[in-house]
Amino acid sequence: MIDFLRNRPEDVIAWTWAHIWLSVLPVVIGLAIALPIGWLAARFRWTYPPLTNLAGLLYTIPSLALFVLMPAFIGTKILSPVNVVVALTIYTVALLVRVVADGLNAVPADVRAAATAIGYTGFQRFLRVELPIAVPVITAGLRVAAVSNVSLVSVAALIGVAQLGSLFTEGFQRDVMGVVLLGILLCLALALVLDATILLISRWLTPWRRAVAAR
Amino acid sequence: MSGVFDFLSDSAHWSGSDGIPNRLLEHLQYSFGALLFVLLIALPLGLFVGHTGRGALGIAGVANALRALPTFGLLVFVVILLSGYLPGDFAYLGPSLLVLVILGVPAVLANTYAGVQSVDLAARDAARGMGMTGWQVLWRVEVPNALPLIISGVRSSILQIVATATIAAYVSLGGLGRFIIDGLSQRDYAQMASGAVLVAALALVLDLLLALLQRLVVSRGVTGRFETGGADAVPIDARKLTASVAASSDEGV
Repeated sequence: MIDFLRNRPEDVIAWTWAHIWLSVLPVVIGLAIALPIGWLAARFRWTYPPLTNLAGLLYTIPSLALFVLMPAFIGTKILSPVNVVVALTIYTVALLVRVVADGLNAVPADVRAAATAIGYTGFQRFLRVELPIAVPVITAGLRVAAVSNVSLVSVAALIGVAQLGSLFTEGFQRDVMGVVLLGILLCLALALVLDATILLISRWLTPWRRAVAAR
Repeated sequence: MSGVFDFLSDSAHWSGSDGIPNRLLEHLQYSFGALLFVLLIALPLGLFVGHTGRGALGIAGVANALRALPTFGLLVFVVILLSGYLPGDFAYLGPSLLVLVILGVPAVLANTYAGVQSVDLAARDAARGMGMTGWQVLWRVEVPNALPLIISGVRSSILQIVATATIAAYVSLGGLGRFIIDGLSQRDYAQMASGAVLVAALALVLDLLLALLQRLVVSRGVTGRFETGGADAVPIDARKLTASVAASSDEGV
């Protein structure tokens, strides 16, 4: 494990960066897509069952299968990292649509009524009242998505996309347990850091929760 | 995609040990074999923790830690670790199955625990007040009420197992993942994509079957779904107390 770090530090650094990008980018894009869809599912109740069922179906597709099928749908090359980003974005959207819709639905009716009463129009109310209140629920979903993405990204080493998962394929081919262990530890550390980062962002976005807790 | 159609309609791919039926059978054997062990471990443990409340923190911790653990890395690690000690074919099969079980346990365990834990306290009290023993409360009130969550745990678990069994083709396991891994090494995209389509279809079918099972075995007293339906259907909260006790007595579960 130490040998590998000493002999090929630039590979490990490059793979770590690639792993971070491949894990984080789908979460950001996925959130941007899931917010309007989740809003739709919360605003028009009849769209909730079909949208969440579709999301559930997408979530059942095993990751390796989805990676492999991507080129057939979006015309990329099989070794392209774009396959991984798009596939993980699909998972993230599938996970977050329900979370966003449930978070928005959980906003108390009297809060919504109060916002309307003091003059907020529909979109303002969504942006400045409903969405902030739903932040803790949505960020909880984001944490699950980010942490599972770190694990899913490493599977993409099988289709030749270099990242920390390459330590697993390389360790297997050379039958060196230490290299695999290094990959596992780096993945765990990355998952931990992403999880903590989203938690901190959530705290920063919801200062009133701290104020309530302090009282 | 036309390559996939050609591959799947070629009769040569439907026979022999590396044909589609045999690979599908292997995939099902690994998946349900692993699921059996998952249920044997996770159900009793989840029921125990949910019923007694002992060790609840441990369950949450284990479930979270296992989500962060990279499945592919764990698979390779366990195979390298154990394969030297095991004879012949079992050198790869054994470690792979062990990992399938490890990865399948958290979903069933956490959901069983959460399901039992979330049973309305009033329903439990009522059951005790009727004179039920601890076992009776568990089997006739807590389990029927927790069943929707338990089965959704089984659904997540089997999906995780099917997906990981696909990846395990890389460490020489059989199953549908072979088409993906072999196709990649032979630069045969049609074979890879066919394997992917078959795996995705298998996952969808298994999930739908379990959803159906969920509908069949969960008491209508718990779901609030009644044959008369319409305006007469009473929402779950209003009749949770009576329903959960009734669920234990009539028509079995």
